[in-house]
Amino acid sequence: MTAMIALGLEGSANKLGVGLIRHDMSTTPPTVTILSNLRHTYHPPPGEGFLPKDTALHHRSHILELIKNALAEANITHKDISVICFTKGPGMGGPLTSVATVARTLALMWNKELVGVNHCVGHIEMGRQITGAENPVVLYVSGGNTQVIAYAEKRYRIFGEALDIAVGNCLDRFARVLNLPNDPAPGYNIEQLAKKGTKLVDLPYTVKGMDVSFSGVLSYIETNAPALLASGEYTEADLCFSLQETVFAMLVETTERAMAHIGSREVLIVGGVGCNKRLQEMMDQMASQRDGKVFATDERFCIDNGIMIAQAGILAYQTGYTTPLEKTWCTQRFRTDEVFVAWRE
Amino acid sequence: MIHNAQLIKQGAEAKVYLAPFCQRQAIIKERFAKAYRHPTLDKKLTSRRVIQEARCLNRCQKAFIDTPTVYLVDVDSSLIYMEFIEGCSVRDYLTTDDGHLPEAQAKVAKEIGTALGKMHNIDVVHGDLTTSNLMMRKESGSLVLIDFGLSYVSNLIEDKAVDLYVLERAFTSTHPNTEVMFAQILEAYGQNSKASKLILKKLEDVRMRGRKRSMLG
Repeated sequence: MTAMIALGLEGSANKLGVGLIRHDMSTTPPTVTILSNLRHTYHPPPGEGFLPKDTALHHRSHILELIKNALAEANITHKDISVICFTKGPGMGGPLTSVATVARTLALMWNKELVGVNHCVGHIEMGRQITGAENPVVLYVSGGNTQVIAYAEKRYRIFGEALDIAVGNCLDRFARVLNLPNDPAPGYNIEQLAKKGTKLVDLPYTVKGMDVSFSGVLSYIETNAPALLASGEYTEADLCFSLQETVFAMLVETTERAMAHIGSREVLIVGGVGCNKRLQEMMDQMASQRDGKVFATDERFCIDNGIMIAQAGILAYQTGYTTPLEKTWCTQRFRTDEVFVAWRE
Repeated sequence: MIHNAQLIKQGAEAKVYLAPFCQRQAIIKERFAKAYRHPTLDKKLTSRRVIQEARCLNRCQKAFIDTPTVYLVDVDSSLIYMEFIEGCSVRDYLTTDDGHLPEAQAKVAKEIGTALGKMHNIDVVHGDLTTSNLMMRKESGSLVLIDFGLSYVSNLIEDKAVDLYVLERAFTSTHPNTEVMFAQILEAYGQNSKASKLILKKLEDVRMRGRKRSMLG
């Protein structure tokens, strides 16, 4: 076979993503082409988070149309697909199983193989493919995950992580306090508001070795925000600015420590929070102080998408890995270091 | 800073220089300003950490725990002058031929566990335990705890358990297949730490807490 096409289906949180990717194996390394990358996002009203039940309903209502559109955009039919990849976990149970059900049904109808993919590994492989970073320290930051990862001996090993809530969750929940809209994303709206902020509020800063903790800073700012705003001394923008400066400094610090520890000069930022320009800028300042380089992607690949699942899935598939139908169940807890990375040296 | 200082390492937190100081070789640790950090936040963290580091090193020294001796602290310039340790890190040692032998690993593990037990007994929490921050003296082979840059004083079981957890993670992520060695560390720790039962029980909780984080994406 000279070329392979993978269909990737992602729905572990509030984004539903469908992607088609082609690997042309006649060249070394294979030539990778993105045929289509579609996303549909569920936005709850301002002041609320997305609930599993509503999110699953959203995914069920849109997935068939999204797959049809993806095939049309790629200008292929289902016959051209070699393998169907879906997110096995981690994520919210309801949304995950809604998407997996569609993956299974299509595999049976079209007689295709299935590959269950770890969501975090999907982010890492997509980031590596897009940026060309070879062996970076990976900072994976999103609404549900905060991990500092490095590859060693066939596993993506977790060097540090959030001990309680994820950084994206911290930002999203503060956006609810300020009643910021969830469209396009609460974190994005915090980022825009933070640009107008100038005054730094002294917030708790918690780094425990390589690990970080965000629950303290969140409850501090949630509790004190009303009084700080009422005093007239600080604006909403100042609070967003202070929150970003503090939590991102914690992330950059632990990433730098991981780089120093393993002696790496490359950093790759992936995950939804990874599109934050201020985080990228801070990471860049850290890297240039130590002769390093930052790799980051834009929202098409940073935020959850179907292509990343297709990419990680097709890499596993090329090593002969498939997920038998009876093992295509989903799991909410699926650690990055559980995956055997057969496709890397 | 003293002239003739020679930069020997740039860590994540600080630059480390080797320089003559009062007729002996000394290490000068300079915490440099972080361009990415807000100046106010940077200043607060840096001066806090310089003071805490010197304090904790001193506290360990008084309790006869092998750590670099502090010679001089200059808070305004974020400098600490301390003893230069000749030797290699446990991290490097574990990659040598000797370091692969089970007996050698057991011996080092016992020393690590003992030192950590004694350190926690005097309520010093290291804050950044990795195999790079554990050294072995060239002459005596004695285990030295270094880099107290994130250390602080606390009597909380929680903080001590997290300290051990940080080391465990550094072990499993840097040195795959050393689970036996880490178990030996905990065994020696158990024999030397006063509140080891509670701390080791808490460590179980902290491990579970880390695992929970893989839920959403």
